[in-house]
Amino acid sequence: MEKGRKLRILVAKPGLDGHDRGARVIARAFRDAGFEVVYTGCHQTPEQIVSTAIQEDVDIIGLSILSGAHTYSFPRIMELLKESNAQDISVIGGGIFPLEDIPKLKEIGIKEIFEPGAKLQDITDWVTTNIQPRQAVALKAR
Amino acid sequence: MDIVEQIISGDVRATARLLRDIDDEIPTSKEILKELYPHTGKAYVIGFTGSPGVGKSTLVDQMAILYRKEGKTVGILAVDPTSPFSGGAILGDRIRMQRHFLDAGVFIRSLATRGHFGGLTRSTNDMVNVLDAMGKDIIIVETVGVGQDEVEIANSAHSTVLVTVPGMGDDIQAIKAGIMEIGNIFVVNKADREGSRKTIRELRNMIEIGCRRGGSNGWEPPIIETEALKSRGMEELHGAIEKHRSYLLSSGEDKWKEVIEKRVRIQLIETLKDQAFRTLLDRMEARGDSLDELVEKVVDKKSDPYTLVQEIISRELG
Repeated sequence: MEKGRKLRILVAKPGLDGHDRGARVIARAFRDAGFEVVYTGCHQTPEQIVSTAIQEDVDIIGLSILSGAHTYSFPRIMELLKESNAQDISVIGGGIFPLEDIPKLKEIGIKEIFEPGAKLQDITDWVTTNIQPRQAVALKAR
Repeated sequence: MDIVEQIISGDVRATARLLRDIDDEIPTSKEILKELYPHTGKAYVIGFTGSPGVGKSTLVDQMAILYRKEGKTVGILAVDPTSPFSGGAILGDRIRMQRHFLDAGVFIRSLATRGHFGGLTRSTNDMVNVLDAMGKDIIIVETVGVGQDEVEIANSAHSTVLVTVPGMGDDIQAIKAGIMEIGNIFVVNKADREGSRKTIRELRNMIEIGCRRGGSNGWEPPIIETEALKSRGMEELHGAIEKHRSYLLSSGEDKWKEVIEKRVRIQLIETLKDQAFRTLLDRMEARGDSLDELVEKVVDKKSDPYTLVQEIISRELG
């Protein structure tokens, strides 16, 4: 990690799912791990999530979802990140997923999926180990 | 296109990344700031301050709507606190601003205080300059939820809006020094709550005494009653901000010049302090002086902070 770089993470809930206890608990755990956590509340569209991730310059997006709509929202978010030339922003998911969906989500580039029962410490450890705050921009980036 | 050109042309990604580097004190960001500076000075900066939970984010959201209706572009910097224990933060001001997420005319950035006191972050003023250079017409700075003495915003914003709610204390609170003195506009939000008439009366008394004693400089801060969630009082608040702006601009060159000079002076002093401190630390480090050793010396009563600092200054700068 570059000196003084702080990891920034967006915790977002896509779609029509108002059960945000899990998202709040994980946001708190990330805070306690020393990350700067942008939390935007429920009912976010993929477009809103990607736009926020870019404006906030986060290193990683954590998506919390319980509704089953991940088959739409996760691929759409990956697509939008690509369109915005922002594939360097990592994406992880947490919530309830049919087991057979998990390999498919990994295939489209979701870095990790955390299921019910995952320990907070394991999740924050995973982020600390696998995600680096990005490099500084160069003055003459051509 | 280099980063400076990208920012001036309004590139969101480039701007977002520079803001991060500024926050993280990456040295190259200073070089970029130098090149952006000639492009600043066009934006109008509005500050919103007040205690936690009084409705600052909701009011900022509402003001952004009105400025967008006028066709103006808006930049928002919203500050939330950093944990003194973990160094982490929950940045939640955006929750109230969701309607603007897809509007290319609004740029929102959440900032963490990172141990800085005063209501803003160490680098808020630099970030205002970046959003200004990026071409935002209106820049709204929302402070962290403040107490009695976090008044930095008054030196960063052209117009400062102090937000309070009914039932926050008696009329002695209203005449205390500090935060109550910096509002150019006062807002009593959640005005449907009990005690709002009393709060307004107390504020009015406080303001009138100030004006009669000649402290007002010709501007009498208005008190606006609002219920931000229901959009009540928003046109009035917007009108009050615009009135203050034209007051600053129209009362001869003096007022405007005064405000600009104050902002530049503060920024110059802060940058100097910052760089001087950094330079000193670097030189000490290069010499092999560790802060830990100095701390130990003082703890062991072999020296005291005053002597040590004097020694450091005369050795490194003398």
